[in-house]
Amino acid sequence: MPTNILICGVGGQGIVLTSKLIAATAMAHNIPVKSAETIGMAQKGGSVFSFLRVGEGAFCPMFAEGTADIIIAFEPAEAVRMLPFLKDGGQIIVNTHPIMPVTAALSGSAYTGAEMLEYLGRQVNDLILVDGEKACAEIGSPRALNMIMLGAAVRSGVLPFDIAAIEETMKATVKPQFIEMNSKALHYGE
Amino acid sequence: MYKEFLMGNAAIARGAIAAGLNVVSGYPGTPSTEVLETAAKCNKGGLYVEWSVNEKAALELAAGAAYSGARTMVTMKQVGLNVASDPLMSLAYIGVKGGMVVLVADDPGPISSQTEQDTRTFAAYSKLPCFDPSTVQEAYDMIQQAFELSEKYHTPVLFRPTTRVCHGYASIEVKDENECKKNEPEGFVRDPSKWVIFPRLSFRAHAEIEKRNRALSELLSDSGLNPVETGSGKLHDCTNLFVPGSCNRAGIAAHGISYTYVKEALAALGCDVPLFKVGTPFPFPEKAAVEFLHCCDEVLCIEELDPVIERGLTYVCGKFAIETTIRGKLTGNIPESGENTIASVTKAIAEYLGVEVPEKAVREEPPALPVRPPVLCAGCPHRASFYAVKTAMKGKKSVFCGDIGCYTLGNAMPLDMVDTCLCMGAGVNITQGIGKIEPDTACFAFVGDSTFFASAITGVVNAVYNQADMTLVVLDNSTTAMTGHQPHPGTGRTMMGQVVDKISIENVLRGIGVKTVETVNPLDLKAAVECVKRVAAEKGVKAIIFKSPCAVLIKSGKPAFIDPAKCKDCKRCIKELGCPGIVIRDGRPAIENALCTGCGLCSQVCPFDAIGGDKNAD
Repeated sequence: MPTNILICGVGGQGIVLTSKLIAATAMAHNIPVKSAETIGMAQKGGSVFSFLRVGEGAFCPMFAEGTADIIIAFEPAEAVRMLPFLKDGGQIIVNTHPIMPVTAALSGSAYTGAEMLEYLGRQVNDLILVDGEKACAEIGSPRALNMIMLGAAVRSGVLPFDIAAIEETMKATVKPQFIEMNSKALHYGE
Repeated sequence: MYKEFLMGNAAIARGAIAAGLNVVSGYPGTPSTEVLETAAKCNKGGLYVEWSVNEKAALELAAGAAYSGARTMVTMKQVGLNVASDPLMSLAYIGVKGGMVVLVADDPGPISSQTEQDTRTFAAYSKLPCFDPSTVQEAYDMIQQAFELSEKYHTPVLFRPTTRVCHGYASIEVKDENECKKNEPEGFVRDPSKWVIFPRLSFRAHAEIEKRNRALSELLSDSGLNPVETGSGKLHDCTNLFVPGSCNRAGIAAHGISYTYVKEALAALGCDVPLFKVGTPFPFPEKAAVEFLHCCDEVLCIEELDPVIERGLTYVCGKFAIETTIRGKLTGNIPESGENTIASVTKAIAEYLGVEVPEKAVREEPPALPVRPPVLCAGCPHRASFYAVKTAMKGKKSVFCGDIGCYTLGNAMPLDMVDTCLCMGAGVNITQGIGKIEPDTACFAFVGDSTFFASAITGVVNAVYNQADMTLVVLDNSTTAMTGHQPHPGTGRTMMGQVVDKISIENVLRGIGVKTVETVNPLDLKAAVECVKRVAAEKGVKAIIFKSPCAVLIKSGKPAFIDPAKCKDCKRCIKELGCPGIVIRDGRPAIENALCTGCGLCSQVCPFDAIGGDKNAD
């Protein structure tokens, strides 16, 4: 059975790159991998998700509701939106910092993110909260979020490889001047 | 062979290259765009790649190259096939020398299209063989078979993945360079009896096409492209409902991505029934279908878009007097519109087989989720253009015909500036038609630069010739933004990397006979509003070109700032523009620095001069 991973958030948070890094790491270890992600209209400030299936036995790039081993959520409401995909006993890693919808100013949304985190707390036993805003500030770059989330996900033990494996792929992928920052982000919170 | 992690569209391009591709042309359109882009990226010099001005031009170019012995591919989305259908319908009769694949990506949902049309149905109408891949690997392998079949039978063939195959990724086996085919085109050999279409030729060709398709139906039945997976043959709980003593009597037929949903569903339900996968929906593989139907009392067809397999099997049952019940969309077992999902397919199969769907965790109702609809980007010049026209025409009876592109999003509140949208380039003549019926209405047609070149020019010729009274508004952001910033005739770049003369929209319009053509920067609100007022007051066909580059393509300026001492919290900036760069923070308008491009539009809208920025910073 493949490991089903769902990464979700809002366009611009680095979700696609995170997905590509996991896939590349799987490839480097000769593990079959399939994925599917939102492309097109949805990216314009919209909800973005990426399905990843690592390991043998996946027919389809997507997986069914109730079958995700782990959800890596870059935004609280997006975690809730995708929660139906989590399997019983599955894990969620969520960035606690909310992103207001771009139309919030116009529609007067009362969204704060806190209600989402409370809800997740009631529904999910294996919930890991990451203060992405604080972590990025400590690392010194708002672009570190995806590596912070990925590091936390890899350490949770659900993915079939370790931090060293991800780090190796990251070094081969990002520009040399960003390696140090991304390494720090991957190891954040250790 | 080696493993590579590829997107479905990239696999199609790589498969075509492995088949000896010489020429690829197309017009951008989700979900097809990355095929041609990948081909261009992989071009080591032997390949001619072009973004054509529209799908018709792309197909005609590819036909000419294929007449000359080249292996060619044309890429488009399903509605693009409507534009290319005139040459394609005739090309079906003329045929080709080099292999020619017409790649048409269908979009069940639809996710980003106007229609849910099915290219498999078009295949039957045009009598062209059609391939329908289910996975990324299959897309890579199948397109090579498509080229072989095309060249062998001298016919263009259709290749129609759907969005989930186009945009799915998988680690697949690809050929090493030395395993790839090389095709050396012979060149065009003059033969008017072959390349010039006349009724006599069409009469003869029609009969030959029908004969060929009968032969192909047989050949494709045995090709491995339409396999029947027979299952284990063991009796499961789910098969008890059906006649015992034989093999499984319940069968499923599927295609494309839905085939993989069926595989997932059968695994989840623990069921194992014969599964007919239709990889070539046209010509329908009748022989394979007959073999499958003989081992089933009932068949559930799981399809997206049209019930092509369902109709095909129903027809085969009648033709061969097979007493099998065919279920699917026509019998209400499968939804008639929209995408299938693993969940919807699992439910349909469970109901069909009379088995239970495994129960899922029941959770409490989640809190209301924030909606994130697509909107024009912060700093998008289209927002300024729409706002200028809206402001200039306030209180006047007007109609605003939109078109296809990012600027369709001008329909959203608070701009609310798109009254109609139909298909590429249609707005020009729709506004002409409305004006004929409502002469007291100020008629506007908005069209993007790429759409202008693709299919609005003839519309303008029509409007000028037929004495229309309308204002054409060209939203020129110097790119094809919606599909990911492809070049077009106005950008001065080609897919072969050449820098070429830009075709001037203004000169084109003047050449057609549009006497008033004003070009203005929409981000200069005052000038833009005055321009609209002036031009709209004139009679006849006149044009405004709002020229300002796509905000995504240029370096952002310094973000705007709101002077708290001057801001009276009227929120006019938010209510008028709806720009994602302005948010409410602590109950007051604030600039979202990460998004604001410093375009300066909001500072021109603020009645209290409270918003400064890049342009007014000093």
